[in-house]
Amino acid sequence: MRNVAIVSFAQLPSVRVSHATDEAELVQPVTSQAMNQVGINQDDIGFTCSGSTDYLPGRPFSFVAAVDGLKAWPPIRESHVEMDGAFALYEAWVRLLHGDIDTALVFSFGKCSLAPVPDVLNLQNDPYYVQPLGLDSISAAALQAQALIDSGKATERDFAEVAVRNRKNALANPNAQIKGNFSVDELLKEPYLSSPLRKSFCPPLSDSAAAIVLAAGDAAKKLTKRPAWIRGIDHRTEPHSLGQRDLTSSPSAKLAAEKAGVGDGKVDLAELHAPFAHQELILREALGLADDVSINPSGGALAANSLMTAGLIRFGEAASHVLAGKADRAVAHTTNGVCLQHNLIAVLEGE
Amino acid sequence: MSDFLSAPYVLEYTYTRSTGPVIARFLESLRYGVLEGVKTADGRVLCPPLEYDEAGTATTGEFVQLRPAGTVKSWTWVPKPRKGHPLDRPFAFALIQIDGTDNAMVHLVDAEKPKRMKTGMRVRVRWAEERNGTIRDIACFEPVLPYLPGPVHLQYDVRPGQHYTAFLKGLEEGKLIGGCDPQSGKVYVPPRAADPVTGDPTSEYVEVADTGVLTTFTIIRIPFEGQKLKPPYCFGAIVLDGADMPIYHLISGVPYDQIRMGMRVKAKWKPREQWETSLENILYFEPTGEPDAPFESYEEHL
Repeated sequence: MRNVAIVSFAQLPSVRVSHATDEAELVQPVTSQAMNQVGINQDDIGFTCSGSTDYLPGRPFSFVAAVDGLKAWPPIRESHVEMDGAFALYEAWVRLLHGDIDTALVFSFGKCSLAPVPDVLNLQNDPYYVQPLGLDSISAAALQAQALIDSGKATERDFAEVAVRNRKNALANPNAQIKGNFSVDELLKEPYLSSPLRKSFCPPLSDSAAAIVLAAGDAAKKLTKRPAWIRGIDHRTEPHSLGQRDLTSSPSAKLAAEKAGVGDGKVDLAELHAPFAHQELILREALGLADDVSINPSGGALAANSLMTAGLIRFGEAASHVLAGKADRAVAHTTNGVCLQHNLIAVLEGE
Repeated sequence: MSDFLSAPYVLEYTYTRSTGPVIARFLESLRYGVLEGVKTADGRVLCPPLEYDEAGTATTGEFVQLRPAGTVKSWTWVPKPRKGHPLDRPFAFALIQIDGTDNAMVHLVDAEKPKRMKTGMRVRVRWAEERNGTIRDIACFEPVLPYLPGPVHLQYDVRPGQHYTAFLKGLEEGKLIGGCDPQSGKVYVPPRAADPVTGDPTSEYVEVADTGVLTTFTIIRIPFEGQKLKPPYCFGAIVLDGADMPIYHLISGVPYDQIRMGMRVKAKWKPREQWETSLENILYFEPTGEPDAPFESYEEHL
């Protein structure tokens, strides 16, 4: 199998509202930056793939318009997934395995500021049995959090500790949106949005975009000194119906982690896409991460959560540590769907 | 650029959805107030029914009727309902395992307050009044409580007797009547059959003033069943001038933090045309503005 690596990553700072930019205007700066960093342009890219959802801007086929942020003449090979950009990265990885091209550009964008996001995410639910009940994304996650408490695996204090650590980590991340030194007791005084979830146990809504350049074999080595090699990557999904799942564990993340080889060596850091604080606890257990693993040095999705982009940013953040020589082995994770239904996991390594 | 354009925009699709045989059967039954599950090939029952189980095996198409009740497997309390929520008051979303099934249904529980919610609690279906073959034919679930209402309703007569009648008749004319034992000279309001100290009859009636001393009081802040007034309100013991025993009445016309023992008070009467045979002819007692009575003067009445 061909070795494929992340060679470059760029992101826009996550903000609550990006007034000045439409989708194409979010895409252009990050894609050009990601390519410029390794001295290439769109003409050098063999395949371009993006991830986004049209329900954020509320315009069907808005992803087609995002191509306006790229140089698409002469015509380019292009594809799109209605998922987080990390799944576009997976498609690009598969495409590079064909062997006929050496580079791929992956990008995603998400403007949460335009839409009633918790209500939009109800459209992920079963249209016959659940959507008519208006199960918003916070309430759905809260059903999972309460199940976790009932199982005895975690307490509300554990949730608060996750939120405090992520937002403290975010202090060192210039692209994060919510950061600071909060106290656990302070967070436990917040009112419930949907019990047992308080505001700080939920992700912010962010506008952002991100781009990653993938390269295979020697091409990767030519583009950067120390590529972040994708040693293993796998994704798994669970049944759609919440009533058929054990919400307190993540068998899909566990299996994907096994297939990606997370446990085959020492993990220096993991960037986990856990939009809700309790989901980090479920993922840590599923991935079997040791206590000394640095979790979300970026602050994770609790510090910045641009939908469809936050997962690709996890891949970029994890890769950045490897690219900079600050980590030898990093884990990147992305989730999709309600209550961690679908999980994508990769192991990134230096030489 | 300092001026960014922005405009509201509504997205609507008037889609219809085809239901297929399994979902159609389930939803059609809801219309008639019947809850059904579907059997899987390995003998389990799913409600809501699905075409395939989680292993991808087609379900059998055999339906079973279920008791419209179940057990809460997880729940979340929504204190502020959002626009798309079916209820406009606080409620719970819950995963509910219908009796006799092997999966769980997402629905709402109308429980009034989060204290009533608990994983493992029993709930029953509350059917919608108008049903049209959607999941919302189940309006919501409601808690099954482990008790029955047990109201008691009995009709009695009240006969206040001679002394209390004298007191009530006095009130009809705006007078406060007490009973006096001529031996001890003590005056009790309302009058009673005997002086509790001597045991002798209180044979004489005397009128006492509608002014007096507030000897002690309490401020009620908690609501309770049958309460007529909205908390907070103050209830006090008043020894009327000329009496040796307090009556109890409302204290008002003064900020609550200024109410104190020894305060001089006066009855605030209803307008005369509203008087009945009742102590309610007095609305409440309010301060007279006179200097407070010294503690020693009412100590024995506490």
